[in-house]
Order: sequence, then C-alpha cells, then structure tokens
Amino acid sequence: MELLLLQGFNALSVGSVLLLIALGLAFTFGLMGVINMAHGEMIMAGAYVTYVLQLAFTKYLPGAKGAYFLVALPAAFLVAGLLGLLMERLLVRHLYGRPLDTLLATWGVSLMLQQAARTIFGAPNVQVVSPPWLNGGLKVLGAVLPYKRLFILALAVLCVVGISLYLTRTAGGRRIRAVMQSRPMAACMGIATSRVDALTFALGSGLAGVAGAALTLLGPVGPATGTYYIVDAFLVVILGGVGQLLGTVVAALGIGAFNVAFELGSSASIGKVLVLLAIIVFLQWKPSGLFALRTRALD
Amino acid sequence: MTARAPGSRLAGWLPFAGAALLLLVVAPLVLSDFRLNLLGKFLCFAILALGLDLVWGYTGMLSLGQGVFFGLGGYAMAMYLKLEASQGELPDFMSWSGLSALPWFWKPFAHAWFAIPMAILIPGALAGAVGYLLTRSRIRGAYFSLITQALALIFTILFIGQQPYTGGTNGITNLTTLFGFSLGDPRTQKVLYLITAVTLGVTYLLLRRVTASRFGRLLIAIRDGENRVRFCGYNPVAVKALAFAVGGALAGLAGALFVPQVGIISPAMMGVVPSIEMVVWVALGGRGTLTGAVLGALLVNLAKTYLSESFPGAWTFGLGLLFVLVVVYLPDGLVGLVRRVGLMGKSGEEGLA
Repeated sequence: MELLLLQGFNALSVGSVLLLIALGLAFTFGLMGVINMAHGEMIMAGAYVTYVLQLAFTKYLPGAKGAYFLVALPAAFLVAGLLGLLMERLLVRHLYGRPLDTLLATWGVSLMLQQAARTIFGAPNVQVVSPPWLNGGLKVLGAVLPYKRLFILALAVLCVVGISLYLTRTAGGRRIRAVMQSRPMAACMGIATSRVDALTFALGSGLAGVAGAALTLLGPVGPATGTYYIVDAFLVVILGGVGQLLGTVVAALGIGAFNVAFELGSSASIGKVLVLLAIIVFLQWKPSGLFALRTRALD
Repeated sequence: MTARAPGSRLAGWLPFAGAALLLLVVAPLVLSDFRLNLLGKFLCFAILALGLDLVWGYTGMLSLGQGVFFGLGGYAMAMYLKLEASQGELPDFMSWSGLSALPWFWKPFAHAWFAIPMAILIPGALAGAVGYLLTRSRIRGAYFSLITQALALIFTILFIGQQPYTGGTNGITNLTTLFGFSLGDPRTQKVLYLITAVTLGVTYLLLRRVTASRFGRLLIAIRDGENRVRFCGYNPVAVKALAFAVGGALAGLAGALFVPQVGIISPAMMGVVPSIEMVVWVALGGRGTLTGAVLGALLVNLAKTYLSESFPGAWTFGLGLLFVLVVVYLPDGLVGLVRRVGLMGKSGEEGLA
C-alpha cells in the first residue's frame, strides 16, 4: 500500500514536471507551430533568475531570504517572457511558414544563450538553495511526500487552470485562439495578428521560465540545463496532439506513469529508453497524437 | 537546381579533378602529419554530410538523428579494433565493469569481414526501418525531425547506461592496431587518409549520378510535393525509406573511417548536439547541392578547430550567430550565395568538389 502510494505519487510528480516544461511549448509549438529549440534555454533563464534572486536575498534581505522563491516565480516569467518577445520580434517573425528553418535558427539562438550563461555564470552547475519552508514532507499513510514535489504539482495544476481560463474566458485568450484557428479571418475581424503572435510567443516563453524556477527545487542549474529537457518537452506536446491543452496534460501524466513503471521494472536508463520507444510506437498508431483535431486538409 | 547544360559535362570534371589532385597529392605532401590527420577527420564528416544532404537537401527529411548512424558505424569499427587490441583477452572496460566473458553480440566483431560491412549495414538497416515506419504513418516535416532527435537521445542514454557492453560515457578507447599496423604510425594514418579521400570522391560521384537520375528527380519531387507524387502513382514511402537508409549507411561508413583516425568513439559523438551540428554543415554549405554539403562540412570544422582553440567561448557564440544569419539570409547556404553573386558562371552543380 505504502509502495503503491509512493509510486503513484512519483508518477504524478514526474508527470507534473513534464507538464510544466511542456506547457510553454504547447503555446509556441502547439498553437503557433513554431519549433522553438531555444525553449530549453528559456527554462534555463528562469532557473538562473531564481539563482540570482536567491543570492540577492541572502545578501541584502537575510531576514526574509526564504521569500525569494515567491518573487522568483513571477520574475522568471517576466524575464523569460521578455526574452521570448525579443526573439519573436527579431527572428521568429521572419520565419513563419518555414518550420524547419525556424527549428535551425532557434537552435542557433539556444547556442548563443547557452554561451551567454556560460560567460555570465561560469560553466559549472550552480546549486540553488531551496527555501526552508519547502523542506520536509507530508506524512500520508506512512509514506513521506516531499513538499517540494507537492509544490511543483500544485504549480502545474495552477498553471493549467490559469491557462485554460485565460484561453477561454478572456478577450486576449480568445484573440489567440481566433488567430491560431484562422489567421485571415481573424485579421478581417480587426485583430492585429502580428501582435497576437508576439504575445503568444512571449507567454509560452514565460511559462518555460516558471518551469525553470520550479526545477531549481529538484537539482542544480547549468548552461546545459535546457538541452536536458527539450526533447522530453517536444515529445509531450507531440504525443498529446498539437494544439490541444488537454492532450498535453494527459500526455505528460501518461509519460510520467510509464516512466515510473518502466524504471521499477528495469534500470533508470533502460526505463527512459523504453518510454521513448513506446512513444514512437504509439505515434505509429496515432500519428497526430492522443487528441487530434479532425481535419481533411492534406498538406 | 540540378539541371545541367549538356556542354558543361566535360568542363564540370575539371574542378573535381582539381580537388582530387589537391586532396590526394598536394595535401599529403604539404601538410604535417597532425594536420593531415585532422583533414582526414573532416573528410569523414564530409561523407556523412553528403548522406545527410541526400536525406534533407534532396528529399526534404530533416534528420536530427544522423549522429546515431555515425555512432553505430563508429562503434562497429571500434569493437573490431578493440578486440584486435585486446588480443584475445576481455576488453579492459568489460573487466572493469565486472564482466567475465565476452557478450555474444561482440563475438562476430572479432572478424574484419563481419565488422566492416556491419558498420555500414547496421546503420543503413536501422535508418531504413526508422524511415519506413515514420513515413508509412505519414510523419514528416518537423515531427520527423523531432522524432529522429528523440532517437539520438535514446541511443545516447542506452550507450551511456550499458557500460559493460559499450564502455559507457568514455566510449571505446585504447585502440592500437588495424590489421596489425600501428594506428600511431604516421604511415598508417596517411593510408587511412588516402582511403578516406578516395571514399569521399567515390561517394560524391555516385551521389551525383543518383541525384541526376530519375530516382533523384523523384526525391526532389517528394520534397516539393509529396502528395502530388503519390497521386501520380508513385509510392513515396519506399523511396523516402531508401533515401534515408542510404543516408544512414553513409553516416555509418563515415563513422567507421573516423574511428581508426581519431582512436575513440563515445556517446558524446552521437548525441543530440553533434547531430544538429551535422545539419549545420549542410545548411551552411548549401542544402540540395552535393558540393555545398562537402564544402560546409570542411569549412565549419576547419573554423571550429582553429577558432575554438584560440577563442573557445566566442566560437560557440559565433556558431550560433552564424547559423541564425545563414538560415535567415542565406537559405541556400554558401553555394547559393556564390551562385547568386554570379561568380560561378555555369551551372553550379559541378563547381567545386
């Protein structure tokens, strides 16, 4: 019972991390069709923002140093979002309709951002000291569920609820959906599509920043942090079905569950390999993901 | 892009002959052993770039997993060399990891007649299978790229994780001889260099024939309008799988030639990042032209070696910037630029080699 609970929680936790890192991509890749290989570096940027804030708080506000994390989440969102905005305006904007070229160009950007991080913060990984109020865990039926993992789970839920409310209930969100569903029609209705593009991209990047801030709870941050997550993030979005928020959620939780199950049955590396293989095999059966929009379009 | 005026046929051989002369005669005479070895390494990369160009530039399948095929070819060769170096004993890393007997799948690699063909056949077959499965379910464009990238991640994790069988992160090292010739001997290296240069030339000529043939036209047609090709009665699945298999086999061949010259193969050479770097070569040189692929591979690696020695940080930054600029402003790469400027008066395909 204890083991089952613990493994179930593990699966949920791995799934929530995947969900957090993939949510931003669900915007940039899922809604806009932009293959942003620099998404991982947006995660990295968010993580470094957290690191900087933690240092600043311990130095200037030692009395409230545990509070840095609450500041770091919105700050990471803003910094990564601004980076994304800059990227969209300067680069991605010129490459709409050329997805493979976007992929290559954004990879160039990711190289530059990694090098920038290496220059500013040094090549070795840095450790962010987690806020003390997240240490320890909740005891349930004899199993200990770490607060950090619970926090990430709650954050993921919060983000998903926030995004779906934004997309369905606000004017801004409706504009985003209108542009993604039919760009010419939206433009006819007076929506400034280019501004919506920039906003969507910035939002997606900002979400990646939040993910980065949250990930500092789980491990150190380094210039290569982004490359570690990027493939997983893309697989979650593809598996879920491009443009489907619900699909992304189900895919992330599903991959998390399979990951934990496979790792129990074998070693960590073989488990990961099996998960990736399972995804590729699954795509053989449903090439457009779990929740695909039905379409008659050919190309 | 591939149209060639009939009269330029003979004249087109001149640059190729010039390049062959340069690589086969001038370079071994002029360059030091160290530099020649480096050039040999780059020529291996050029062979891989030719294969990638066939897959991406001609058929439109952007593979982000080419490093896997390169690595598999390299590992097949390294397994043979390792067994030769161990002289009947268990390879050193296996005994360190607590293995007491040679695993069954290592055994046939003790024979060159098995290992060397396998260095080409295994990556070729894997590429063919992956290409078939993906194109059969009509996964293409960015999805194809991302899944091949996942493939690169799978193999890196697998090869790092299975230390007793693959040497883990360190890969396979301490290779000493090839057919009894010492790998440290400059003469052996010179022969390996010449073999690589000739292989590159032969590959180039073969692919030139292939791309100019009816099959080559079909590849370009699939790139530009797969569904139209399908409606014309062709089966794009088989054609794409075959093209991808050829690309994979060439990458394997490149890996097999790379290992004896460099003396090591490790998962770091087959992962996600090196695989994208391979795409950079082709993109920079000019996708869809064979000369572009070769030039791109040589130039990028040359620049990487010399610039990263003097300015390691600036190089990575420069590579990223260069890549962004090339994609945005020079989608056809250097060859496209040269063609646009008009320096290459005649048809571009035979310009340089």
